[in-house]
Amino acid sequence: MYTIPFEHGLLLASALFALGLVGVTTRRNIVFVLMSLEIMLNATGLVFVVGSSRWGHADGQVMFLMILTLAAAEVAVGLALIIQLYRRFKTVDIDVLSQLKG
Amino acid sequence: MSFLFYAGGVVALISTLLVILQTNVVHALIYLVLSLLAVAVVFFSLGAPFVALLEAIVYAGAIMVLFLFVVMMLNLGQTTREQEKAWLPTKVWFVPVVLATILLIGLLSSFPVNSIEVAEVGVMEVSGLLFGPYVLAVELASFLLLAGLISAYHLAKSR
Amino acid sequence: MFESLGLLPTFPLLGFLTLFLAGSFLPRGIIGLIGAGSIGLSFLVALSIVMPFLSGDSDVTRHVVYTWLSVGNFQSEFGLYLDGLTVVMILVITGVGFLIHLYSTGFMIDDPSYSRFFAIMNLFVASMLILVIADNLLLLYLGWEGVGLCSYLLIGFWYSDPANGYAARKAFVTTRVGDTSMAIGLFLLFTQLGTLDIQSLMVLAQDRWDIGSGFAVAASLLLLGGAVGKSAQLPLQTWLPDAMAGPTPISALIHAATMVTAGVYLIARMHPLFELAPNIQLLVAFIGLATLLIAGFTAMTQHDIKRILAYSTISQIGYMFLGLGVGAWSASIFHLMTHAFFKALLFLGAGTVILSLHHEHNIFKMGGKWRQLPVAFASFMIGSLALAAFPFTSGYFSKDEILIGALAVEGVGFWLWFGGVVGAFFTGVYSFRLVFVVFFGESRGHHDDGEVTGLAMAIPLFVLMILALFGGFIHIPVDSVFSHGTELLGTHEEHSVSTFMHAVMIAVPLIGIGVSYLFYCANIFSVNNLMRLPFAKSLHALWFSGWGFDYLYKLLFISPFLWLAKINRRDFVDTFYAGIVVLTVFGNSLSVRSQSGLLRWYILSIVIGIVLLVSAGAFL
Repeated sequence: MYTIPFEHGLLLASALFALGLVGVTTRRNIVFVLMSLEIMLNATGLVFVVGSSRWGHADGQVMFLMILTLAAAEVAVGLALIIQLYRRFKTVDIDVLSQLKG
Repeated sequence: MSFLFYAGGVVALISTLLVILQTNVVHALIYLVLSLLAVAVVFFSLGAPFVALLEAIVYAGAIMVLFLFVVMMLNLGQTTREQEKAWLPTKVWFVPVVLATILLIGLLSSFPVNSIEVAEVGVMEVSGLLFGPYVLAVELASFLLLAGLISAYHLAKSR
Repeated sequence: MFESLGLLPTFPLLGFLTLFLAGSFLPRGIIGLIGAGSIGLSFLVALSIVMPFLSGDSDVTRHVVYTWLSVGNFQSEFGLYLDGLTVVMILVITGVGFLIHLYSTGFMIDDPSYSRFFAIMNLFVASMLILVIADNLLLLYLGWEGVGLCSYLLIGFWYSDPANGYAARKAFVTTRVGDTSMAIGLFLLFTQLGTLDIQSLMVLAQDRWDIGSGFAVAASLLLLGGAVGKSAQLPLQTWLPDAMAGPTPISALIHAATMVTAGVYLIARMHPLFELAPNIQLLVAFIGLATLLIAGFTAMTQHDIKRILAYSTISQIGYMFLGLGVGAWSASIFHLMTHAFFKALLFLGAGTVILSLHHEHNIFKMGGKWRQLPVAFASFMIGSLALAAFPFTSGYFSKDEILIGALAVEGVGFWLWFGGVVGAFFTGVYSFRLVFVVFFGESRGHHDDGEVTGLAMAIPLFVLMILALFGGFIHIPVDSVFSHGTELLGTHEEHSVSTFMHAVMIAVPLIGIGVSYLFYCANIFSVNNLMRLPFAKSLHALWFSGWGFDYLYKLLFISPFLWLAKINRRDFVDTFYAGIVVLTVFGNSLSVRSQSGLLRWYILSIVIGIVLLVSAGAFL
């Protein structure tokens, strides 16, 4: 048996989350945005797993499975939207898709 | 075994960083797969082999393949690199990086100092929960997947 | 028996509700039946109340239907009160009211808004009955405003003509001035004496206030303001002539027989208060005197048949005020009653004339009509005799009593009497000028189409003729109501008046009639010759315009008000609200800018929010 400092797991998760956030806010290509979102979701799942091993309990892993399902569904719908948008506007630039401008 | 955790962690961070810096979509996807696999290793080192396997199979396998399909359908990749570069001048990075850093510091400063006695939480416990108290959540998750399936089919359908 | 007092206004109110809600679905016969029948039922109820009252020992009755409001230590009830004064009033209102309603079923039969007419008439009678049977001032005020509303609605009954709407608004606004004054009077009485119950109010006032004390003067002056407005006395008399825009039965009921006498009723009801303020009471007398003279002069120059009658109404109410002012309370109420009879008769007769001559109002386009309009002629003859106080008609007795009462006042009494006698002379002139011009001489235009008259219109005229002739022999049971008041100003009944005075009072109206005969019937004198004098011409113009009061008020109130409204067209207060608008538009333009449609901006702002929250959680 061995030990890992709890906060190191959380540190890893937070760093991944922050990187994903930077990706979401900087990229203009909508595929990259979706990928960065996946990174963020994954980071959240990591927190659950870390928590699960901290208390030696399976609940956190169940939650990770839920996040996994959510991510799968979200990616399916999101990618379908990207395809549809590309068909209509011939671009993947999200700044072009600004019809909601006030 | 704690080496596995740190190694996986470092690989995950580096490859993730490369994902968001990449201009070629296909390359970025490969790095993302790498990142996810590294996280799977981290899961394994945390004593969660079931979840690690799922991460590798579902995330790095199924979901990324979905991305790959889309990238190929949209014909992105080598040809759009110049455009991607034009979209990413240096000044764009400034504000998000600052904000993310502040957020990270904020999160870090609130961490408890504690150690994990890593004990393996195996498939048996997880599935015991899944088919016991969480069975309703599993059902709902299946509904969600079904809904995602149908809506993706409907949305991506060409007129 | 007296519990049925509450039934009095109930029948007209039910009639109003029925006609108001279902009037457009009912045939005309049913509408007339409901409209006139509800008042008839009320009249029967009134008789059933009055009979035991008269045969008994004149017992005063108080009957609380239910508690209306109860706030803190203020309590107001739907309390009804019956004494001699109320008896007279309810008999006049329901009796004359019923006759006029009956007449209206014939008069208004061709009007498209038949049911609306009767609905409002019924509401009016209900309000008027509430006014006179109320035992507290708040309930009285309810009736007071109710009759004001109905008056407004009925003056503007033919609202498609803007002039009628203007007349209605004029009446409403002018009486509102008086009503406001009365409301302030009520507030004053309540804050000072703590109750609005009339009987306890009078007792408290006499206990707490000395004669001529400031509060008594102020309260009675404010109430007088209300009475002046409602009864079209100086200086708020200008609305009544214009109120003739309504249908003639309305002029008969509201603007001659009942509503305009509400002011007289109010003062009579509150007479102990006025006795505490002798100066104000004398003011009442002088207002009455001035009004009756001014209206008398004006009536001589008008040529619209209804306006003549309107000015004569103002003049006769002036007599009532004169009577109130000199303390001849019961004479005043007596005159109220007889005036209701003969003025209703005159107006209904005028209605017949107008209807028969296809809505002709100008008396100089009539003439020689006595053969063509026999019933109207009889009504006018009898009505005018009573109005001019021809001996032994009803008007003679009541006017006589008022003038004798005036004579009883020390000091100015003779002058009040003299003014009243001068007024009586003019009454004779203008009332018989009307009769001579309309019914005698040769016909000026208009073919003889015969008289429009049915049984429904003839019966009320005959009944009113009898009442106008012999109403003077009715003894009204009001002595007990006013008995304690007479001590202050001397009893007018025991005052001996010399035979010479009596002779003067009998002779003067006859001289007036004679003068009128010489001018307008025998044509021995001619008005046209008189009018050649420039002085007489301008005097005529002044009198014709009602002494220029309309012009004066326009100059004093309307023009400055319009001027203020004009300079304040860009409303000063509105700048505040416009400022809110500007601020909102500015905020909107700011937030529009933030809504760029760029997804990354939205994410970034969410991130900023999260960062703020997390840092707050982490560092605080």
